[in-house]
Amino acid sequence: MTYRNPPTTPRKSATFDDYTLSEIRRAAATGIYDIRGAGAKRKLPHFDDLLVLGASISRYPLEGYRERCDTGVVLGSRHAKKPIELKIPITIAGMSFGSLSGPAKEALGRGATLSGTSTTTGDGGMTEEERGHSKTLVYQYLPSRYGMNPRDLRRADAIEIVIGQGAKPGGGGMLLGQKISDRVAEMRTLPKGIDQRSASRHPDWTGPDDLEIKILELREITDWEKPIYVKVGGARPYYDTALAVKSGADVVVIDGMQGGTAATQEVFIENVGQPTLACIRPAVQALQDLGMHRKVQLIISGGIRNGADVAKALALGVDAVSIGTAALVALGDNDPRWEAEYNELGTTAGAYDDWHEGRDPAGITTQDPELMERLDPIAAGRRLANYLKVMTLEAQTIARACGKNSLHNLEPEDLVALTIEAAAMAGVPLAGTNWIPGKNGF
Amino acid sequence: MSAINVSKVLDQSHASRVFDLAEMPLRELNRALHNLTLGSNETAWEVLNPKGSHSVAVGVDQPVTIDVRGSVGYYCGGMNDGSAITVHGSAGPGVGENMMSGSITVKGDASQYAGATGRGGLLVIEGNASSRCGISMKGIDIVVHGNIGHMSAFMAQSGNLVVLGDAGDALGDSIYEARLFVRGKVGSLGADCIAKEMRSEHLELLQGLLDRAGVTGVKAAEFTRYGSARTLYNFNIDNADAY
Repeated sequence: MTYRNPPTTPRKSATFDDYTLSEIRRAAATGIYDIRGAGAKRKLPHFDDLLVLGASISRYPLEGYRERCDTGVVLGSRHAKKPIELKIPITIAGMSFGSLSGPAKEALGRGATLSGTSTTTGDGGMTEEERGHSKTLVYQYLPSRYGMNPRDLRRADAIEIVIGQGAKPGGGGMLLGQKISDRVAEMRTLPKGIDQRSASRHPDWTGPDDLEIKILELREITDWEKPIYVKVGGARPYYDTALAVKSGADVVVIDGMQGGTAATQEVFIENVGQPTLACIRPAVQALQDLGMHRKVQLIISGGIRNGADVAKALALGVDAVSIGTAALVALGDNDPRWEAEYNELGTTAGAYDDWHEGRDPAGITTQDPELMERLDPIAAGRRLANYLKVMTLEAQTIARACGKNSLHNLEPEDLVALTIEAAAMAGVPLAGTNWIPGKNGF
Repeated sequence: MSAINVSKVLDQSHASRVFDLAEMPLRELNRALHNLTLGSNETAWEVLNPKGSHSVAVGVDQPVTIDVRGSVGYYCGGMNDGSAITVHGSAGPGVGENMMSGSITVKGDASQYAGATGRGGLLVIEGNASSRCGISMKGIDIVVHGNIGHMSAFMAQSGNLVVLGDAGDALGDSIYEARLFVRGKVGSLGADCIAKEMRSEHLELLQGLLDRAGVTGVKAAEFTRYGSARTLYNFNIDNADAY
């Protein structure tokens, strides 16, 4: 009898995993990097790494469904004559017409209005679908300035100066030609069918001193009525928040790296910026250091999914959260009912992210008339409203358990972290300890 | 620059069409201009002592004339929609940014980003303009009697930029469908920007622009036309060196 050495089990590299190998093969075959939508897909420290401490003896809880827990929020009270009053601290993030279909924009407006919150325009300018169906509409002032005009500026309820997005701080975008329909081309002053390169920086200002003057101009044009938001990608939240405040912002919006985008390089999405969780405490700290916490409101976005995320974000000191990807899912994006068509596109429901190609089976991220018809804006708006209602109820349930009669009374003391990383990023103790790693400094 | 405290602005009506910014805050001027309605008799406005103020006469949307007696800071006439503004001095950065219609004439020089992202109307700069003139222009016509700086008409989408003098480096980088006419030298052309033939329709267009801008003694035939080679309109990895 001969002895055979036991075979070695084939072992794949953790560095060169299947996805990495496929990307190398794809790059070699096509000669171009992968462009996709959505935000970072890698696992990042997130709100799941925090836990809420319900009340017991040291704190006194409120009765669920019985005792009031306020959810309203006022945004833009620093300078604007007409601040925005929302019923819930969850807003709809900017998503462009062009990237999204007209019915999708209408559905976002319907759902937000039913829920007492705001929608936000995006790179494509303001559409009648959105203005007509959004009680409260935030008009984005973007580097590309597509469709920017003073008439729409005055029709808006607030202005959001977009400096960056969480998925691509410092990056511009690319809308492929197949989505540049006649209407999109007209709104963006571009020839139909060409790839649209959107700018990564504002053309007519170059730094914080200019931003201050730019904000003054927008205030003068709108007679100091509209709140001015400043939105940045989550990269240097302490300094960006401080400079936005110094420049005169009424509201600062920080978009963490789980925030979505319409189309950017995969390698950019996954490697530039900071997790949403890591952005909050530095931004709050900047506001506190300047004596502006709660005077300049802070909105955080990037991967907000449920009421627990909302409660935890508010406990860390933000005034409101914003949702983009989750809102699209609520409308019907990546729904398993379209699985066969997702398969034909080489993907599966839940993973579809080639939004820039304009072939979205759900009819949301497309300009194809036949696909667009699949989305009923009334029904989709209702789904979004339901989802926002559930998120709010979930957040209220958690807040009541902490003894809070307002979501805004949640505080860092209501939280602990499950991991050292999350404890350090969020600035709350590791569970079972009083240890906050890295408490001094960022 | 510090923000204006709105509560300190006097709430009074202004029958007068002369605003002295040494006496009244900017807010009063812009408010009065924004309160204009179509058919108003107040069609001629004069602004005294601007002294480099930012955001003078921004967001005006009525067909009135506004003469600014002196030099202005940033964004004079920003988003102008129908008025005819004349700056009897020089203009700071972003004069006429995102203009929709109407006209702005700067008797002196203009700083960076003149006419940035403008969607319509006519911007005339009788002196020189600095860098990024007409950056990201989207339909505006710009006529510069003197020279312009580098990176002008970067990502310009549509409209016309006319330069009687010289242009700096990287003219028209990543240009889309805008037309550039330069009479003097060009430091260098940006990616995808090339010299193009001056056909009769271009000569006619340019002559019309020169006439509207009050340029005399200069012939359209003295200019070279520049525009997009359109090689970067659809992304192709073989053009990566151009990016």
